[in-house]
Amino acid sequence: MDQVLLASPLLVPLAASAVTALLWRRPGLQRPVSLAAAVLLLGCSAALLSHTLAAGTLVGRMGAWPAPFGIVLVVDVFSAIMLVITGLMAVAVAVYSAGQGATERDRAGFHPLFQGLLLGVTGAFATGDLFNLYVWFEVMLIASFGLLVLDRTREQLDGGLRYVALNLVGTTFFLLAVGLLLGLTGTLNMADLARLAPAVENQGALAAVAVLLLIAFGAKAAVFPLFNWLPAAYHTASMPVAAIFAALLTKVGVYAIIRVFTLVFAHDTAFFGPIVGVVAMATMVTGVLGAAAHYDVRRILSFHIISQIGYMLVGVALMTPLAIAGSVLYVIHHIVVKANLFLIAGAIRQAGGSFALARLGGLWVTRPVLGLLFLIPALSLAGIPPLSGFWGKLAVIRASLEAEAWLLAAVALAVGLLTLFSMIKIWNEAFWKAAPEPPPAETWSRAARFATFAPIVLLAGTTLAIGLWTEPFMGLSLAAADGLLDRQGYIAAVLGERATAALQEGAR
Amino acid sequence: METLLAIAIGAVVTASVYLFLSRDLLRMLIGFILFGTSVNLAILLAGRIGPIRPPLVDPGAAALEAAANPLPQALILTAIVIGFGLTAFALVLVLKGHEALGTTSAEDMGEAEPVAATAPSTALPAPHRKAA
Repeated sequence: MDQVLLASPLLVPLAASAVTALLWRRPGLQRPVSLAAAVLLLGCSAALLSHTLAAGTLVGRMGAWPAPFGIVLVVDVFSAIMLVITGLMAVAVAVYSAGQGATERDRAGFHPLFQGLLLGVTGAFATGDLFNLYVWFEVMLIASFGLLVLDRTREQLDGGLRYVALNLVGTTFFLLAVGLLLGLTGTLNMADLARLAPAVENQGALAAVAVLLLIAFGAKAAVFPLFNWLPAAYHTASMPVAAIFAALLTKVGVYAIIRVFTLVFAHDTAFFGPIVGVVAMATMVTGVLGAAAHYDVRRILSFHIISQIGYMLVGVALMTPLAIAGSVLYVIHHIVVKANLFLIAGAIRQAGGSFALARLGGLWVTRPVLGLLFLIPALSLAGIPPLSGFWGKLAVIRASLEAEAWLLAAVALAVGLLTLFSMIKIWNEAFWKAAPEPPPAETWSRAARFATFAPIVLLAGTTLAIGLWTEPFMGLSLAAADGLLDRQGYIAAVLGERATAALQEGAR
Repeated sequence: METLLAIAIGAVVTASVYLFLSRDLLRMLIGFILFGTSVNLAILLAGRIGPIRPPLVDPGAAALEAAANPLPQALILTAIVIGFGLTAFALVLVLKGHEALGTTSAEDMGEAEPVAATAPSTALPAPHRKAA
């Protein structure tokens, strides 16, 4: 039963992708199937999380091959948290996609690709094998290619080409690193790698491979200086697609960085910590400055994704329990908030007729509820207490101060202020100033309005819950950080007692 | 043999980087194919050339002595299939881009990031081409 539960976050989107593809000519039927699968995914992931919290790391050996030889699925607390948040995003976007423009989207094949994307994301979170992680990256990538150019507009084709070009090269770097790591250690199981890595004779080559992996995952996570593909592509996608991209794609890169650098290369933290720290600061600053220069809601939000990735890397840079817990909490908060902001951008477009701030205005008069719903994630993104972003930033900055990384803490604080500037800019232009042109006529059907606002309210509620009732979320993050720092526990869970005995012998 | 193969991989990577620097998307795509090929060769080389002890042997059983390491081959096979799929998609995308935008030069494509999008809010940006 455990094994079925372990595989369920992969099986559910896989089955849903197949079924919705079979229903290609019946778009009306795809929607309920996709939504049901998303709800099921959330349920399975939540069950998996409660199981991991109660019984510890869950390991599944595919095809009953013993651990270092076959592919393993490993779900620890961190993986389980990521799976639950993926399920939540899946539900929100599946509901939202039934809103404006649903018929065209469904006919273009949104649902099979959407479920395929979820499959790639959950696979990446659940696997314990580096080559398998590469395969899941590719599954996710090919689905995201299709989703990005779903409407086939000129804008999307151009943005899609940029996205495809950079990501193809990024994943090939990943493949190269995997091959070289195989040559150095003879294994690709992450637990086995963690066991063997400190004993590798040629540590210089290992560090080079680690930097290759950092480049590959960094390109996926859109860190400085590999972020250019993101603002070139995300704003062209339709809003449900942009929301799921913003929520999950970059975070898979962050997850991979956190996983690999806390597990496999943890013995060399003194070397990688400062590198990641500098990358994190540069990412925060470039992202937020890019956002300050733009006047299109979607582009501002795209640049803020980059800026926030920097905060999530602080955990890897400092490698203290509090810093890693802060990173995990930040990932949770950011996925919810950023997806919600993109969903709200879609609603702003619907209500105000444009994404360009110059053409928007007066929405506070005509849509006060939308204004309030915008303020919750916007202020949370900027880190205003008592919303969720405040606690994420508090943990990250406090960890930096405790580690005496003064510059990191100062940059994190300054970037928070500039984030507030960008959010206030959207507020002033879209909601506060007088409308430059009369708003478009009401075109929403009742169902479309419900489908648009239900997920926004759900995610805003989640943000408020994390902000006002932080204790359980911080507890979860600390548990995840403990799990990430307990490498021996992870290795023992995956490889079993025999290999752990050999490890202790090797350590002597 | 190892040295020779390493030099050959280096040559292929050089060629692919040269093609990447081109502005023409088709050349870039061919560069990507070459890059993928060189990475596959690198995996083969990293897995050691020539006979090697197989990874799985029953306790007490004799191992096949003169056989190559099968693991890199399995990885490369997977990578080739994935690379083929991605390349096919990218090629179709370039083709579609050529139909819609009338060019395969990356420089002439300014749809996704028009200069007007960064103009300050006092000047109205160009209206969206996409009829909403």
